[in-house]
Amino acid sequence: MITAPFDYETPETLDEAVRMLHENGEDAKLLAGGHSLLPLMKLRLAAPTLLVDLRLVPGLHHIQRENGSWRIGALARHADLQDTPELGVASAAAKQIADQQVRNRGTIGGSLAHGDPASDLPAVLVALEGEVSAQGRNGLRTIPAGELFQDYLTTALAHDEVITEVRLPATDGWGYGYEKFTRRAEDWAMVGVCALVKKGADGSCEDVRVGLTNMGSTPLRATAAEQALRGGSLDGDSIASAAEHAAEGTDPPGDLNATPDYKRHLARVLTRRALVAAAQA
Amino acid sequence: MGATVRICVTVNGERRESEVEARTLLVYWLREELGLTGTHVGCDTTNCGACTVHMNGESVKSCTVLAAQADGAEVTTIEGLAPEGGLHPLQDAFWEKHGLQCGFCTPGMIMAAADLLQRNPNPTDDEIRHGLEGNLCRCTGYHNIVKAVKAAAANEVPA
Amino acid sequence: MTSVGQALKRKEDPRMITGRGYYTEDIQLPGMLYAVIVRSPEAHATITSIDTSAAKERDGVVAVYTGEDLAGDFAGPLPMVWAPPGVEINTPEHWPLKRGEVKHVGDPVAVVVATSRTAAFDAADDVIVDYDPKPVVVDPEQALEDGSPLVWDSFGTNKTHEWAVAGGDFEAAEAEAEVTVEARYVNHRTSGAPIEPRCSVAEARAEKLTLYSTTQIPHIARFVLSGMLGIAEDKLRVVAPDVGGGFGAKLQVYAEEALVLALAKRLGRPVKWTETRSEHMTTSHHGRDQISYVTLTAKRDGTVTGCRARIIADLGAYQQLLTPFIPTLGFPVMGGCYAIPSIDLHFTGVFTNKMPTDAIRGAGRPEATYWIELTMDKLARELGMDPLELRRKNFVRKEQFPFETALGIVYDSGDYHGSLDRLLENFDLDEFRSEQAGLREQGIHRGVGFSTYVEVCGLAPSRAVGPQGVGLQAAFYESANVRVTPTGSAIVYSGISPHGQGLDTSFAQIAGDILGIDPQNVEILHGDTDQGAWGWDTYGSRSLSVGGEALARAARKVQDKAKRICAALLEAAPEDIELTDGKYQVKGSPDKSMTMAEISGAAHIPPAELPADIEPGLEESSFYDPENFVFPFGAHACVVDVDAETGKVSVVRYVAVDDCGPAINPMLIDGQVHGGITHAIGQALYEQVVYDEDGQLVTGTFVDYALPTAAEVPGFETDRTETPSPTNSLGVKGIGEAGTIAATPAVTAAVMDALQPLGVLWLDMPLTPVRVYEAIQAAQGNGAGPPSSQQGVRLDEHGRGSAGSGPTAPDEGGAS
Repeated sequence: MITAPFDYETPETLDEAVRMLHENGEDAKLLAGGHSLLPLMKLRLAAPTLLVDLRLVPGLHHIQRENGSWRIGALARHADLQDTPELGVASAAAKQIADQQVRNRGTIGGSLAHGDPASDLPAVLVALEGEVSAQGRNGLRTIPAGELFQDYLTTALAHDEVITEVRLPATDGWGYGYEKFTRRAEDWAMVGVCALVKKGADGSCEDVRVGLTNMGSTPLRATAAEQALRGGSLDGDSIASAAEHAAEGTDPPGDLNATPDYKRHLARVLTRRALVAAAQA
Repeated sequence: MGATVRICVTVNGERRESEVEARTLLVYWLREELGLTGTHVGCDTTNCGACTVHMNGESVKSCTVLAAQADGAEVTTIEGLAPEGGLHPLQDAFWEKHGLQCGFCTPGMIMAAADLLQRNPNPTDDEIRHGLEGNLCRCTGYHNIVKAVKAAAANEVPA
Repeated sequence: MTSVGQALKRKEDPRMITGRGYYTEDIQLPGMLYAVIVRSPEAHATITSIDTSAAKERDGVVAVYTGEDLAGDFAGPLPMVWAPPGVEINTPEHWPLKRGEVKHVGDPVAVVVATSRTAAFDAADDVIVDYDPKPVVVDPEQALEDGSPLVWDSFGTNKTHEWAVAGGDFEAAEAEAEVTVEARYVNHRTSGAPIEPRCSVAEARAEKLTLYSTTQIPHIARFVLSGMLGIAEDKLRVVAPDVGGGFGAKLQVYAEEALVLALAKRLGRPVKWTETRSEHMTTSHHGRDQISYVTLTAKRDGTVTGCRARIIADLGAYQQLLTPFIPTLGFPVMGGCYAIPSIDLHFTGVFTNKMPTDAIRGAGRPEATYWIELTMDKLARELGMDPLELRRKNFVRKEQFPFETALGIVYDSGDYHGSLDRLLENFDLDEFRSEQAGLREQGIHRGVGFSTYVEVCGLAPSRAVGPQGVGLQAAFYESANVRVTPTGSAIVYSGISPHGQGLDTSFAQIAGDILGIDPQNVEILHGDTDQGAWGWDTYGSRSLSVGGEALARAARKVQDKAKRICAALLEAAPEDIELTDGKYQVKGSPDKSMTMAEISGAAHIPPAELPADIEPGLEESSFYDPENFVFPFGAHACVVDVDAETGKVSVVRYVAVDDCGPAINPMLIDGQVHGGITHAIGQALYEQVVYDEDGQLVTGTFVDYALPTAAEVPGFETDRTETPSPTNSLGVKGIGEAGTIAATPAVTAAVMDALQPLGVLWLDMPLTPVRVYEAIQAAQGNGAGPPSSQQGVRLDEHGRGSAGSGPTAPDEGGAS
């Protein structure tokens, strides 16, 4: 309940933040809303010696639409996403994160940078094929969703890199569904599925994306299920048979409340449900 | 002992300045430095919500906010929810509807409910139940808490 | 107008809703030190060395002590108080800090005392303890097998004791049975989990020690702790301030309470210890953890002729205050609401490398009710009979009360047919069945489960449960002192120690009515051993039926004296004075009356007219020892939906009829029932304390130990019947545990009803999604079904808990 001691800095610019992270090495951690990091620190499962708090850095809170994409500042909170239904599935997923108090503090940048495959937003980013901008010592770079998540709690970000913005393609013309399976309302997903469907003029499936939460060490795409549905009919049977492929290639870890087989089963069921919702939208 | 930070927070309308250790959690600063012991600690993992206060008008779990992060913010605790001597409609409704037993979760529950009603002034039972999913109560079975929030929303109890 | 029977708003609430409650953790004393305990990460090991030197060098650290260092500070170990006549219970010495060996994860091995909480936490990390691990056993049935690792080598067995009780001729019943059903039930390990963690603050001034503690039992704690510290009882004061829920978890005398007292005494400064939630999960006693093998015998017409249960109780590694007794506590109601002529019960206690079990809300009676009710359902299936009809056929009939069971227990009063009838008025079963059939056609699996229960509570007739009775080294009467102030307010000290039940209000209603004082002017004090008479505290749904009765008796003595004073001053006979609408008046002469304020004024400042043989003052005490227990009862119905694809269960409706005698405050009764049901829904569907095969606790936080939130439970439909108990003058019975006792079988039966079309015949709690899913799969011929015991599970790589994720060490990361 008491964290180990640490130093605390509040840089006012991104450059300053990056410099602090760089100069202090791996033991320096970036702090945004703190709702991934502080719980670990309180249990002393993490003990950084320096926290670099981004709260005074301007320009990281925006949610705005520009051309065909949404630009979301790294410090936009889950509550901000929740309150922006125009975002579509990202808003629907954010609304299901933990509880209101957590959503009032947790940020999209923090959640993505933490790289927890059980969190909701990483699978959404992957399904939407979004990207993040990250500011490092050598300037700003773009990391596509498919490259961001590398392993369990491991991302492509260097330790002195800061996510500044998340870009999600707007999903005009797409239907979506986010199915999150939990034991209790406030829990992390046992399995979550983010589905997007674009209907063709004839009502068939022009395109489809399925992202999986907590089905492996990173968020995943259910590509076999996507392939089975893409270009075909969106009737119940087609969706059901496509969803049967949802767990192909996954190797989810078992835990107290779910065996790997059960998680694969959930992935199939939830994929069907999310696709049905997406196809109806 | 780690680094210290100078903070200035407006708590229940009053400017409070303090030199705190960087790792001081907001809840401990409120309880032990300011003596506002109405905000409670019930878990280590941001689950129970007993520590819920408002920061800049929104509910947060003060066990998962550093006091340093609250620098410059406005914080309201259960002690400051209603003007001195009066009761907030939610406080009154919790009393009226028997929405508390041991009272330990109650301050956090009321603060969470206040945020809920701000976001949704006329919630259904189901919206209340989901809106309070971040607050655990072991005594009441939530039944009367839901009734209390509903009554407060409907202005059934005198403010 | 009388106050009793009214839904009076609680007197406790104004301070609690405004953040002015006063809980132990709120106490800050000048010069106070903070203690943090270093605990064993091993489930079973020899301590080979403890190095405290680095910790001692930390800034702010005042002292670091090991078990060896404090060996001389305790005159005795933590006690266990059950010594049933003729039965030996293996009871290891249980010291606040361990020396030599540790027996479960969380066993305390050292304590750090520092000037700040943070310094104490930091220094605790610097205490280096080396352990030599020993073999571990976590499953109670494995622990009883030959060749099992031993928790205590000295006993040569993991069996702690056996205890048996029987009445009637079960063997004959079995031989003559036309129908016999047998079943095995696992009532899994749970945690009390009050939202307020434990906390203890000790202060030493001159020769006097004071302990403020989150306890349900300040009086018992003083008795036990003064003995442990080797000091006279008058030199220790124990105070229970506002206590944030107990649920049995605070019905204990804990090592930490003894420790802070010893530290305060040693260091001459106040010492505070506050439990973290992880510590609560690890080292506040657990509950349940029982395996029952049950046999019911019956005639073909449904008449139950015999009941046998063989019960294995996992007690964990030590014997705490009531550890071995708790499984037994349910025995008086192990025949349920039924007139069963032969009952044969046998209990075996077992040591494992886990935290000891002890009382958690219901304590023994939820286990008993769970297996009798579900076995009745099974018998009904076997007979092809309606389960409610089977119950009705075997219920003790209203006219049979007081009813002596085969075990010689006397059920005080009841109307079991009446409460079931009322339930079915409130829950239309025919309508439900037709709705259910329609839903089944749509693939929706809805089910209903019923539970009819009788509870034994109101602990207790001292002679029945004391040393020469069941064998507890204690008595269970209750005390009350009622004092009227010169201006006519009343101050009551009760020996009970409530922690959320609202007794400040219901007791004020009782006292107010008897005294003729507005309950708002009756102050109920409790939980401070220096303020009143010895009491036996709050547990076992005893506060009202024992403590309330003591209070009523003391108040009536005051009323009698008030009448004598009034009579003397109004020149009437005492028997002609009656209390009407708050006035003491002469029968037939309403104009001749006095208020309590006037009478009390005269009692404290006696006028010349007051005869000299009436002592001044207006204060009386009473000690009440009940002649019998009280036996609340009721009937509950639970409706669940099961998502057959995922196995997820949702409680969609819950209807309860309870009978706890005449209501003192119906609002408080409903509140107790709501909380009790939710606690039981928690056990049935969400909560379980799980240790892995190495004795590591898997459910160490509220992430993994899943208390239901508001979103997991429905609103409750409660109703009451009122059958007075002849045991006490108020006619009241207990209600604090009823919901917990009634609801686990109702929820489980509802799930079984929902799953019946899918071929699932039985599944033990907790009915988690994965277990329900696996049971469905097994019933359809896929897979073996869920494991029957989850103790000793093997977990995958990250060992993540119920929530999927939960706090886990990051390898790397960026912003958070």
